[in-house]
Amino acid sequence: MTQTAEPHAASPAPTSQALDEVKIGGLGSSRTRVEDARFIRGRGNYVEDVTLPGMLHMEILRSPLAHARIRSIDTSAAWAIPGVKLVLTGEMAAQRNLAWMPTLSYDTQAVLATDKVRFQGQEVACVVADDPYIAKDACDAIVVDYEPLPPVVSPEQAVAPGAPLIRDDKAGQADNIAYQWEVGDKDGTDAAFARADVVSKLRLHYPRSHPSPIENCGAVADFNSATGKLTVYLTSQAPHIVRAAVALIAELPEHLIRIISPDVGGGFGNKVPVYPGYVCAILCSILTAKPVKWIEDNTGNLSSTGFGRDMYLDSEMALTSDGQILAVRYHATTDQGAFYADAQPTKFKIGLVHSSFACYDVPVGHITAQGMYTNKAPGGVAYRCSFRVTEAMFFQERMMQAAADDLGLDQAEFRRRNLVDDDQFPYRTPFGFLTDSGQYHKCLQIGLDAIGYDDFLVEQAEARKKGRLLGIGISTMTEPLGAGNSREYDILGIKMFDSAELRVHPTGKAVLKIGAQTQGQGHETTFAQIVTHELGIPALDIVVEHGDTDHTPFGMGTYASRSTPVAGAATAMVARKIRAKARKLAAHLLEVSEEDVEWELGRFYVRGAESRGVTIQECAMAAYSNMPDGMEPGLENNAYYDPPNLTWPFACYIATVEVDPETGVWDVLRFVAVDDCGVRINPMIVEGQIMGGLTEAYAMSNMQFQTYDVDGNLVGANYMDYLLPTAWETPGFELHEVVTPSPHHPIGAKGVGECAAVGGPAAYVNAVLNALRPTGVRNIDMPLLPDRVWHAAHTGDDVSGAPPFRTE
Amino acid sequence: MTSTEIETKDTAIPTRRVTVTVNGEKRAADVEPRLLLAHLLRQGLGLTGTHVGCDTTNCGACTVLYDGAPVKSCTMLAVQADGHEVTTVEGLGTPSELDPVQEGFVAEHGLQCGFCTPGMMLAARALLDRNPDPTEDDIRWGLSGNLCRCTGYQNIVKAVLWAADKERTGDPDS
Repeated sequence: MTQTAEPHAASPAPTSQALDEVKIGGLGSSRTRVEDARFIRGRGNYVEDVTLPGMLHMEILRSPLAHARIRSIDTSAAWAIPGVKLVLTGEMAAQRNLAWMPTLSYDTQAVLATDKVRFQGQEVACVVADDPYIAKDACDAIVVDYEPLPPVVSPEQAVAPGAPLIRDDKAGQADNIAYQWEVGDKDGTDAAFARADVVSKLRLHYPRSHPSPIENCGAVADFNSATGKLTVYLTSQAPHIVRAAVALIAELPEHLIRIISPDVGGGFGNKVPVYPGYVCAILCSILTAKPVKWIEDNTGNLSSTGFGRDMYLDSEMALTSDGQILAVRYHATTDQGAFYADAQPTKFKIGLVHSSFACYDVPVGHITAQGMYTNKAPGGVAYRCSFRVTEAMFFQERMMQAAADDLGLDQAEFRRRNLVDDDQFPYRTPFGFLTDSGQYHKCLQIGLDAIGYDDFLVEQAEARKKGRLLGIGISTMTEPLGAGNSREYDILGIKMFDSAELRVHPTGKAVLKIGAQTQGQGHETTFAQIVTHELGIPALDIVVEHGDTDHTPFGMGTYASRSTPVAGAATAMVARKIRAKARKLAAHLLEVSEEDVEWELGRFYVRGAESRGVTIQECAMAAYSNMPDGMEPGLENNAYYDPPNLTWPFACYIATVEVDPETGVWDVLRFVAVDDCGVRINPMIVEGQIMGGLTEAYAMSNMQFQTYDVDGNLVGANYMDYLLPTAWETPGFELHEVVTPSPHHPIGAKGVGECAAVGGPAAYVNAVLNALRPTGVRNIDMPLLPDRVWHAAHTGDDVSGAPPFRTE
Repeated sequence: MTSTEIETKDTAIPTRRVTVTVNGEKRAADVEPRLLLAHLLRQGLGLTGTHVGCDTTNCGACTVLYDGAPVKSCTMLAVQADGHEVTTVEGLGTPSELDPVQEGFVAEHGLQCGFCTPGMMLAARALLDRNPDPTEDDIRWGLSGNLCRCTGYQNIVKAVLWAADKERTGDPDS
């Protein structure tokens, strides 16, 4: 592994008695994970592992049809099965005003269908029984009389004349348009296009994909009718938001709601929203006065919970003949499914798609966007992504390659001519973002050197003479990670800050409680390292707690790579508050004035007499046993951090591939990743995040997608149809790093968890298209399935637009 | 070996008595014939380290060892395990000493959310039992029945290589 890191400013210079930060588990330490001890022994505590006395089990009956009116629901046979305790329909939920609920995008979503079903897999009824097997039997015994309606399965159909109205439940909704939005400077962009030498055009579809964590969604709802307290164990990336949402949706007092998100078996954005199953489990617990467990099956997860992507691009780039970008404009169309349920900040209707082209010096641009209702599962969650940033960067990098090809310019050179220079920061992007820092050219060069770019081009030319199709694809991008600030970012009105609470006990051991929620990111390991960096308390002496709303400060949760940028910053800030108080205690213990006390990692000492000092642990004991007169006892505090800006990591991903012209199968020869995510708290964990993201990127480019047939049947509703790569298919990755500390983050860190999933897909796709370049093919939509590649290679035609659905 | 009786819920559906040796301990239970082995282990025996992901035999989170061979316990009936030996993640290693596979997963950061980990480790254990000196390709093929969404597999492969090295040479860094 090549290490090109530079020493970061955040580390203190070692002095005589300062602790060795890496040795005690501070910044830069690849300490093994605290979480692993329980997971490797099978001692994790996931929602499905929660068992409460007297607990009942809930199963959901889902719609087999994509669009149909419900004539009647007969539940009598279900009630007759021994062991059945409750059969809940939408009509019964409506009596509690719970048949519908708000989405995270100010739309409404059916909890249990009352009037129509609007997608295959929609929740129609649920059964509570002694045992999940009985509950499933009883679901099968429910008879629903449906009147089939014509389904709408593409945005094109949604706006076609005479299209059936999907959302006839919404007053004033006369069409299937969910939203319209635009950003940028239309007139300026038009003017730039008028003077362009070359206009490069590209149309493509980023297919619907499902985050598909291996753990499906689930809940154990426990309403205590004696105390009125509702406790819900939930697969949630954002338990505090859920608490607020439950208070609003179910009209329960928020102080009597406790959401516990225990160990979560992967999230990737799928576990941000509030789903009908959660609401049903809560309602069923209230109605039965018993704890109710609901564990979704895999088909339920894949067919009803938040998908990602499903966005169409129609783009143009204005260029000079020598390769300068004058302007970009594009129209994005999203297929929202039956309910507009994107998890995204309020003011941005298509997430942060306008963060595209942030790494290039583009003077002006204009984006228009429109979302359509269709008879498909709702969602549009940020799948390992900051609110549609994945589509933004994929579009950008596909447009960059098409433009380079149209200009006849080398793809690396074209990027070099347009990347923002190091001295341009902070840089205002054409769509209003302010990028914070970076060394883009350096990252690109490291990537090109690592892959052996020039040599590969020679090898490629030689191979072509022999009929072998080699290709190289580059993807360079910066993306906005760590929402808010609170001025611009909120979800349902709640501002996107985050929080940390630190309690240092008398013996100098500490408990950190954070508003973020880990789903595998290793916060219990890395957030302790931030405290270690600030206070010199060994990481082993710090416990990190999260995920229980009764015992952690309010936070917006973990998604969009925001934990380290926001909750991590709050952690540094609360540790600094603790250190400030400890300094007063140190002055008291050392009998000097506070101004004469100096800090080095783990201890205060008297200026000019370094041997006279007290450790942070001695200060902690003094806070409880020997505080100066008038000082409030204790060494505990909290911090709420409202970031001044997003953090802007940069990545350069380069893939080389070989396409088999006989079969259309393509193999990854090498993959080089250069990530600059600022200061790395735990390099081992950062690299783990990058490799995980590169695998999801590979999956999306190669096999992983969901589509629907003409009747609205989901193709990809289980892992037999929805292909995920195993160890066998997944390529190896070569990782490199550059460190440009974020200038506004307390420890210089930037988000990283999603970079590779965001920037990775274009590298693979660009590589395959580069291999096919002699054929004139400009686009193949993901996933690059062998039949699509074979077709393109043999006909020279693009494979663009919606993925073909079965018409028979 | 001790024998543990498991109480099951009183239902109208006929049950059948099964006796399974789980992690070296003989356990008996009256089960519905349709009960999946994964559910016997999780709900009947309280061994929640065996996870259920997909119901379609694809993800491998429910992998256990059945007479030493890896099987997906969500696709096997509990009655099929009658008279057989089953090893779950709780039976990997001992309270005082981890299995080298477990150590390898920690040392090489072979897990993130931990959900696929028990099945992945048991598949790896079975692989090393039949091939103590696997190549990287052997490992990738040997684990291709198990899905991981977090790690990207590279560190899982390294974890298994680590365990193989330790078992062969006593020194995983050799």
